[in-house]
Amino acid sequence: MELLTPGTGLLFWQAVVFIALFLFLAKFAWKPILSSLKEREESIQQALASAEKAKNEMARLQSDNEKLLREAREERDRIIREARDASNKLIDQAQSEAKKSADRMLEDAKAVIQTEKQAALRDVKAQVAMFSIEIAEKLIRKNLSSDKAQKDLVEEFIKETKLN
Amino acid sequence: MNSFAPTLQPMRASHTSLIFRSLRLITTLICLLVSPAFGSGSEASGEDKFNPDIILHHVIDDHVWHFTDGMVLPLPVIVHSASRGLEVFSSGNFFDEHHQSKAYNGYVLEHGHIRFENSEEHILDLSVTKNVAMLFLNVLLIVGVLLAVANGYRKNVGKAPSGIQSFIEPIILFVRDEVVKPNIGPRYEKYLPYLLTLFFFILFGNLLGLLPGAANLTGNIAVTATLAFFTFLITNFSGNKSYWAHILWTPGIPLPLRAIILPVEIIGIFTKPFSLMIRLFAAITAGHIVLLSLLCLTFIFKSWGVGFGTSVFVIFINLIELLVAGIQAYVFTLFTSLYIGMAVEEHDHH
Repeated sequence: MELLTPGTGLLFWQAVVFIALFLFLAKFAWKPILSSLKEREESIQQALASAEKAKNEMARLQSDNEKLLREAREERDRIIREARDASNKLIDQAQSEAKKSADRMLEDAKAVIQTEKQAALRDVKAQVAMFSIEIAEKLIRKNLSSDKAQKDLVEEFIKETKLN
Repeated sequence: MNSFAPTLQPMRASHTSLIFRSLRLITTLICLLVSPAFGSGSEASGEDKFNPDIILHHVIDDHVWHFTDGMVLPLPVIVHSASRGLEVFSSGNFFDEHHQSKAYNGYVLEHGHIRFENSEEHILDLSVTKNVAMLFLNVLLIVGVLLAVANGYRKNVGKAPSGIQSFIEPIILFVRDEVVKPNIGPRYEKYLPYLLTLFFFILFGNLLGLLPGAANLTGNIAVTATLAFFTFLITNFSGNKSYWAHILWTPGIPLPLRAIILPVEIIGIFTKPFSLMIRLFAAITAGHIVLLSLLCLTFIFKSWGVGFGTSVFVIFINLIELLVAGIQAYVFTLFTSLYIGMAVEEHDHH
């Protein structure tokens, strides 16, 4: 039965020594150990969190870059399109203006030609009239003796007056 | 313990050195197999009858530390009585040169208890017994190891653990993360130093107890009773309102049943630490008894074959005991955390 009856001496020593051990370890072992463990875990946690943050930041920067690039590309396309439109417009305008002025010049030329023609015709008419009067004057003047002579004379005059 | 009968003396001595002896037995057995002429000279030859009482002598406390034959360490006796006051002397005074027990200064040592030779007066015995000496060794070892570990944290600030620190750290983390934190809950940090101390005390005690010649410290009921009593104190002093409400006025119980539930709950306050006390004591003491019984079989049968068989078996039991040493430290800490957790838990679901 001695196995089951706790000895007073051992009870006393166990209580005293165990409390002393607890107080000693709590101050000199557990306090530094547990606080360093906690510190280390916190620093690991922090490192992981900051790594995660850096990753997110990178992703954000990358998406920003892409956005900027896309915007720049769009801007470029827009500028090119606008330039092309402007140039086309200018060309069209120039073309239509050139056509217009050419047409006008043509018109003018035609009008000038017409007036010149009229003037020339008038001139020719006047000339013909003059020649006719001259021929008639010469015929009359020569007193046409013979028919033959008259005829020759007329032919001669006709030859002279080569109308072109 | 006081009667060292001369014929029993060599036998008594054998129990602490049994493991060494069994090792010797194995080597001798090999010699025997090589040369059949090698005789029947057994370790126990000369003894007529083997007394298995040595097993119990090993597992209980003693005023001397008996390592092996001729290696008996007398320990300090500290006694206090009303008539004589405090007295301190060596327990070696209780034995003469022939290991016979004798009275000293009016005191006699009888069956491990010190009493007066001529009176029935009560003596308070605070002697440094074998287990108390073992307790000191255990505590010194724990302090040495854990101070080295703490020093490691001071040296390797912000660095990976090294040396003994990396060996002990997983155990500390295991106790913190697997035992204490899940059972106590958010307020675990307050109890962690105590529970770690408890765990390491039991673990080191269990492991030291397995060494040849060591005392059965954590298998002593005084030790387990003290530890269980501390658990009892901590649990009930940390008990919050809902813990006591659960015990005294268990919710959801019809009034007539309360007559049964109330005593059960109140007994439960005491059975919890009581079970802790018995579990550790029984597990460790039983292990020691099984090991010693197996070794004693050799000397009871006085047979080489049995010696070889039990030696092999003892090696396996020893490995199991190593496992048990860890498991019992774990279980004691686990249940203490569980009880504390029950006491500090906030019941908001009623």
